[in-house]
Amino acid sequence: MLEVSGLSSRYGAVRALDGVDLNIPEGSLTAVLGANGAGKTTLLRTITGLVRCAAGSIRFRGKEISRLPVEEVVRTGLAHVPEGRGVIAELTVEENLRLGALWRRGRDRTAGLKDMYELFPPLAERRHKPAETLSGGERQMLAIGRALMARPTCLLLDEPSLGLAPKIVAQLMGMLREQRDRTGLTVLLVEQNARSALSVADRGVVLNLGRVVADADAGSLSQDTTLRHAYLGF
Amino acid sequence: MSHFIDLTLGGLTIGAAIAAIALSLVLIWRATRILNFAQGGMALACAYIAYSVTNHSGSYWLGFAAAIGAGLVGGALIERSLIRLVENKPPLNAVIVTLGLLVIIQAGLGMIYSVDQHPFVFAFDFHGYKVGHTSLQFSPASLFAVLSVLAVAVGLFVVFKYTAVGLRMRSAAFAPEVSRLLGVRTNRMLTLGWALSSAVGALAAMLATPPLISPNALDNLFVFGFTAAVVGGLDSAVGAVVGGVVIGLVLNYVSGYGTPNLSTGTALGILIVVLLVRPNGLFTRATARRV
Repeated sequence: MLEVSGLSSRYGAVRALDGVDLNIPEGSLTAVLGANGAGKTTLLRTITGLVRCAAGSIRFRGKEISRLPVEEVVRTGLAHVPEGRGVIAELTVEENLRLGALWRRGRDRTAGLKDMYELFPPLAERRHKPAETLSGGERQMLAIGRALMARPTCLLLDEPSLGLAPKIVAQLMGMLREQRDRTGLTVLLVEQNARSALSVADRGVVLNLGRVVADADAGSLSQDTTLRHAYLGF
Repeated sequence: MSHFIDLTLGGLTIGAAIAAIALSLVLIWRATRILNFAQGGMALACAYIAYSVTNHSGSYWLGFAAAIGAGLVGGALIERSLIRLVENKPPLNAVIVTLGLLVIIQAGLGMIYSVDQHPFVFAFDFHGYKVGHTSLQFSPASLFAVLSVLAVAVGLFVVFKYTAVGLRMRSAAFAPEVSRLLGVRTNRMLTLGWALSSAVGALAAMLATPPLISPNALDNLFVFGFTAAVVGGLDSAVGAVVGGVVIGLVLNYVSGYGTPNLSTGTALGILIVVLLVRPNGLFTRATARRV
């Protein structure tokens, strides 16, 4: 469904991605792992066009998207929850949610609101409150809910566990897995927290200095002690 | 007491036009973090267009519509052509570009219409309402000024708060990158912001220019509008309107109880005091953004 081949990108003179190949099948939950600076965030930002790729191609559902402007990428069915969540603090919870589907037409714009409030009941209670009043976990719910409002076929998540208590992280991971199982959503999950990511993912990709150094199913990655010690820190 | 009420009514009238200019500055500042020093010049150009159209057609309201339309189109064109070059560049670049634009507009207007003052009519009768034998500082034209600015402010509030395009514009202003990820075409929102802002500026010019139009007719209005916007906190549309009214009232009290010569100095004095005491303005919460 999402095929990345030979993808390179750079920040000025620094090469952040160096010939990354990835093939994400439909309905899979893939964890992208690696140390700080491995290129995980850049990979997601390059896929959605926030960082322009220097070389390579990104095909999503058979369509080349590497030259699309950022705001058009979401219209192909690819939603990106950025690092730090990107909740717009000045807007209310409901306004944040509505923004996620605002590019859609007619009733589709608000059709997802009910589902999101069912999926994340704390958001329903706070719907007319400014998003800045939410806790970290609620903000992450809002960011994911907002992305799901667009009814994406593929969801890119950048460090959803950042700054959250372990219990909340476990809930979030469980919710992602359940969402995938129920709707067939494809998920690409960038995580520093390799252990919790591998606990829900079917597959793991390990990046180091902008290159893919391992690409295997989640179970065998967690077993591979050498790799774990070298790149994953557990 | 009656003198005070009279000065208050007069101040409201002046305040309406100041509020409109302040609002137009805030609209652009919120969307692009650019302080548009050409706002007064752009607004004045719209008033000159109204002057020409009214002179040729004989209809005040045709001229009025032409001014607002010119504001919408002109604002959008200037954003697309000039401002786009300095967006996401150091702030000083935008300052220089808008200052340059101001000089060009004023010089251009002077070349086309001459630097002389021409008569410029009010929308409605400018003779004050009469109470007994005294005529107030408040006329049908004043009433129109206050009501039209109020209507525009309420209208903008409703559009920003309750419509899809308003939500897009706010999100693009608060968080451009996230908005793009969510499919908001932020470039269009910037263009729309400039168009709306210039149209509001054109309204201010139509209210404040009479009775005489010249290439420097709105210089003071811009200074007052800028002061009002800063008093209100540059980020707050409500603050701009309240700031505009407050400045209008203060200036009119100063010229009524003191002398009109003091008004510009008073505006600058208020500006300095506000910047010293509350640099974020009276209506903006000083928030450290947490994302």
